[in-house]
Amino acid sequence: MTAFLSLVRRDLALSLKASGAVLPVVFFLLVATLFPFAVGPDAPLLARTGGGVLWMAALLAALLPVDRLIEPDRASGVLDQLSLRGISDEVIAMAKIAAHWLGFGPPLMLAAVPASALLRMDGAALGRLELGLAIGTPGLAALAVTTSALTAGLRGAGALAGLLMLPLSVPVLIFGAGALSESGVGALKLLAAASLLLVAGAPFATGAAIRAARE
Amino acid sequence: MTPARLAFDRVACLRGGRLLFEEIGFSLGAGDAALVTGPNGAGKSSLLRMAAGLLDPAAGTIDRQGGIALSDENAALDAHRPLGDALAFWAGLDGRGRSDVMAALDRMGIAHLDRVPVRMLSTGQRKRATLARVLASGAAVWLLDEPGNGMDAGALDRLADAMATHRANGGIVVAATHQPVGLDRATVIELA
Repeated sequence: MTAFLSLVRRDLALSLKASGAVLPVVFFLLVATLFPFAVGPDAPLLARTGGGVLWMAALLAALLPVDRLIEPDRASGVLDQLSLRGISDEVIAMAKIAAHWLGFGPPLMLAAVPASALLRMDGAALGRLELGLAIGTPGLAALAVTTSALTAGLRGAGALAGLLMLPLSVPVLIFGAGALSESGVGALKLLAAASLLLVAGAPFATGAAIRAARE
Repeated sequence: MTPARLAFDRVACLRGGRLLFEEIGFSLGAGDAALVTGPNGAGKSSLLRMAAGLLDPAAGTIDRQGGIALSDENAALDAHRPLGDALAFWAGLDGRGRSDVMAALDRMGIAHLDRVPVRMLSTGQRKRATLARVLASGAAVWLLDEPGNGMDAGALDRLADAMATHRANGGIVVAATHQPVGLDRATVIELA
């Protein structure tokens, strides 16, 4: 457990040092700013589509650091040294997922407040969006870490990771956006199910990918 | 604490469908050392990774008792962090303290680089730092891959001294190298 915590602390410190919590937030707000320019200042239209746009932005923000999540630690021998100390690859994966989520999930939920204002969403819609993000972003973090491990050490890993991750994140996107409507309780439950499945499965898939990369 | 032990029994190594070595057997107890030699690509690094448990042998069994510390071409130190902090991360995982890190840095003659970011270190300094990580770990079995690479005569003396002390304290040293590293009374494992 102490190993898990010190790993999370190290990874979080590294990601904050590399790009800060700022980069995903800026990206998120940039999308929220640009979207009204693209579709015009039609408030009802913005309110209706804004939540979905923010979910797309959250998905892509999770994907931003995907080439830095696993590969640097593989190349510099950190993963080997952790394994030598009897820390299983699955525990490493869980620590990376937790650190990645802490690095973009909560900052994004904060940024969703000004973003919802830019997109003319009302308070109730913002509440539903925040709830959905709280449930769905751990799943996105898990998926990002898994694809990062699967593509570690490959050429063009970033683009390949995107191609791998985007189709797998479709359930989170569908149910996340679906949960934005007032009658979205069912979608919220399905979002939780999809996110839970990703979070539960990712450590094993990531651990196997780390082991395979070690060969 | 059970005495340190590292034993290979009829171990074979298969890499990329190619047989690197087979029928490798040796047994090392407390205070013993082994020198792994052989041309480039003979499987020296693979043998050390097998001893560390990072690679599975294609055949045979490996028995290890005691903690393992590995120094290879990867320093595994976070580039932007000060050297002392980067080493302290590993020491923390090993249940060791900051004082062990400082003692190890001192042993390798780089105590003055404690606050210098890892990315600023030269090749030789980085190698010394990698060895300091092994020294600070408190592990019984040291696996050193080309420990003398890029190091000057003074550093090599310090390495030989550290290895001798470690063996006197009941540790095991396995070094894979081309150059003499001052390891006396060592079992020679020659890979063809």
